[in-house]
Amino acid sequence: MIEVVPRENVSRRWQALVPVIAAVVALLLAAIPLVAAGAPVVPAYAQMFKGVFGSVFTFTEMLTRATPLIFTGLAAAVAFRAKLWNIGGEGQLYLGALAAVWVGTGLVDGSPWLMIPLVLLAGAVAGGLGMLVPATLKTRFGADEVVTSLLLNFIILIFVQMMLEGPFKDPMGLGWPQSEPIIDNAMLPQLMDRMRLHGGFIIALVLALVAWVVMSRTVWGLKIRAVGENRAAARHAGLGVNRVYIGVALASGALAGLAGVSEVAGLKGYLTSDLSPGFGYTGIIVAMLARLNPAGVVLAALYVASVFVGADSMSRAMGVSSFLADLTVSMSLICVLLASFFASYRLRFKRAAAA
Amino acid sequence: MDKAPILSLRGLTKRFGPVLAADHIDLDLGRGEVLALLGENGAGKTTLMNMLFGQYLPDAGSVHLWDEAGRERELPQGQPQAAIDARIGMVHQHFTLAENLSVLDSVLLGTEPFWRPFRNRRPAREKLLELMESSGLRVPLEARIGDLSVGERQRVEILKALYRDVRVLVLDEPTAVLTPQEAESLFAAVRGMVDDGLSVIFISHKLREVLAFSDRIAVLRHGKKAGEMATSEADAEIIIRMMVGEDHSAPERVAGKPGEVVLRLSGVSVAPGKEMRPLREVGFTLRSGEIIGIAGVSGNGQTALARLLSGLIQPQSGTVEVAGQPRKLTPKTALRAGIGRIPEDRHQDGVVGDLSVAENLVLERLDAPDVSKAGFLRQRAIAEHARELCRDYDVRGPGIEAEAKLLSGGNIQKLILARVLENAPQIILANQPTRGLDFRAAAEVSRRLLEARARGAGVILISEDLDEVLSLADRIFVMHDGHLRETTSRDRAEIGYMMAGQTGPGAAA
Repeated sequence: MIEVVPRENVSRRWQALVPVIAAVVALLLAAIPLVAAGAPVVPAYAQMFKGVFGSVFTFTEMLTRATPLIFTGLAAAVAFRAKLWNIGGEGQLYLGALAAVWVGTGLVDGSPWLMIPLVLLAGAVAGGLGMLVPATLKTRFGADEVVTSLLLNFIILIFVQMMLEGPFKDPMGLGWPQSEPIIDNAMLPQLMDRMRLHGGFIIALVLALVAWVVMSRTVWGLKIRAVGENRAAARHAGLGVNRVYIGVALASGALAGLAGVSEVAGLKGYLTSDLSPGFGYTGIIVAMLARLNPAGVVLAALYVASVFVGADSMSRAMGVSSFLADLTVSMSLICVLLASFFASYRLRFKRAAAA
Repeated sequence: MDKAPILSLRGLTKRFGPVLAADHIDLDLGRGEVLALLGENGAGKTTLMNMLFGQYLPDAGSVHLWDEAGRERELPQGQPQAAIDARIGMVHQHFTLAENLSVLDSVLLGTEPFWRPFRNRRPAREKLLELMESSGLRVPLEARIGDLSVGERQRVEILKALYRDVRVLVLDEPTAVLTPQEAESLFAAVRGMVDDGLSVIFISHKLREVLAFSDRIAVLRHGKKAGEMATSEADAEIIIRMMVGEDHSAPERVAGKPGEVVLRLSGVSVAPGKEMRPLREVGFTLRSGEIIGIAGVSGNGQTALARLLSGLIQPQSGTVEVAGQPRKLTPKTALRAGIGRIPEDRHQDGVVGDLSVAENLVLERLDAPDVSKAGFLRQRAIAEHARELCRDYDVRGPGIEAEAKLLSGGNIQKLILARVLENAPQIILANQPTRGLDFRAAAEVSRRLLEARARGAGVILISEDLDEVLSLADRIFVMHDGHLRETTSRDRAEIGYMMAGQTGPGAAA
């Protein structure tokens, strides 16, 4: 017979170690599908490691991949702290990208000092408005934001496709559904020569710091935590629960929108409807891995990006499927959830005869 | 003990970190005996019961049971199912019911096999109706738990235990939400079952009940058994001294000097809501320097009145005037208008359990200059403020940075009291402020309310504890079915009848 017994007095350090242990275990578990795919395990791992830490280029590629995940991870972490379940990061990302393209392809022109903040602002506003819809439906009518924000993703993606086939279509694009390129003055600067790493990464790091400060050091952060942990008490204390929800929705949507700006104005230069391979959804995993801690979001995003980039490299070198990356990330999440469980509970095995 | 034994706790010990919550406690229960378990909050009663029910694993000690044939066996530790199988039942102080189930389903929950495709509920219903008849605890069988009042829910909890044919029944503060008459009938019913061989452990803070109802009294203090005696040899004085370990005196109460009207409700009606009975044309005035007591069984509109004055709901009709001005109350404007609120459910509405004690202490005044500056929290000032309040109001726990949920119920209430009273509010709404508190903590609450009155605050005390209302209130109102009526009587029986919606037999004319 197995019993679940709560652990008493779990230390904070131990709690913080849990995601790290889980990530390592998940990486080790990835050996099972590797063997099944017929690849030699040790060289495969070596290739995966080399694919990230092998050269400056591979390392910056990993940072480039982590950039949108930090944004979307923060978007989820901020919202989830208030127990506002924003599952719409993907859609808000595309809204941000679309706004960036709208402003940045010639609507206005000026120096980079004008254009870059303008593009960022446009994307943040668009993303924020994207989450304002589900949040308003929640505060006004009690509609479940999980459903509304999720479903809105598909509406937004189809809307973006429509725009790319219509008013936003690049006349010089040989008929491809893609936007005009963003003008040079609106592009985020490259950080290193001949590398793809761009200014979005710095912005993401700064915003992670800002999010951490807001959450732990400001009145608004305290209100967000209070609403998330006990809505009834927050309401009783006059904290204006609905206003907190709306504010959090705007912030969360803006962060996801910035992910879109960063991708389109930092990396791609123009918008297509396959801009994001699910960064919005992966951001939720990143936030959960980070246990909703903004600083942890950066680390979790780096980890997830490493797994993706490393597994890509491994699949090219060893001829195994690159789906191993998805598999490892998914297993990491499961491991973290399991590990958080075992951090608070332990199993006790008993022989039936003893009972 | 002259009765055949049925349950024996031997040397039960439980340590939580540095705290010895239970220290080698021995307790014996005889068949057909009512054992009252007394003690302050944190004395170890709940810890002890949790070990009995297998929710905690004792560090030392054992639980022994005697079956019908008188054979002794040891109860396996740390297994709630073993306690259930041994037909030990418990009615918790904090209810454990699912709000979306009907009364019948709530009672049946866990008694039916998992795989049976069709349910035959008729025998269950009949058995339950019979139980209700014999115990006098009546509840509408098909009602949803969520629609019941707190008092009705407690009845369901008791019925649930009785339905399972328990041999040992633990009642944790069972009468906190009952009228005196209901409590009497509960005791009569339980007494009847005790005469048939049921054994009862009765946890209570109400000495009068303990003295009237139990056969034997055991007192816990600081995790140890402080003493045990036959009820026939006990009196209130001895027991209180045993519980607190010192001479105990009730707060002195001197007549107040009511001043100008600070709050006036006229013709206020509130529509019924989720878990809330309506208010019907309620009116009263509250003056500064007086305490008005609102007695009544829970679920007669008290919740609506409290939510209204807290700013959580709006009246359907009627006016609320604060200091002569008609007001629309929201939680924020209520605070600004000087209404301090002590909520009924201190865990749900009073504190955010996952925030620290210090953060909870400033939750209602985040914009004050000593709490925040330009939107940033002044962490050091907040900590200093928390240390001060915790010292002044004797809030004890693992520290001001610890999560509020780690505090005991009494200390959470002191935290709320500190938060409310530090602002010197003109109006204080105290809704069940001492429910579940021990003598010392309850006396502390009473003392603080009297202190606020002396300072010139008007206090609305909503309480189901009639003794409390009688001892604190300058004027007494009784709430029944959404109506509020003032009474000049201070007679327990007469007020009790009013609480039941009747005029007493003496006042029949």
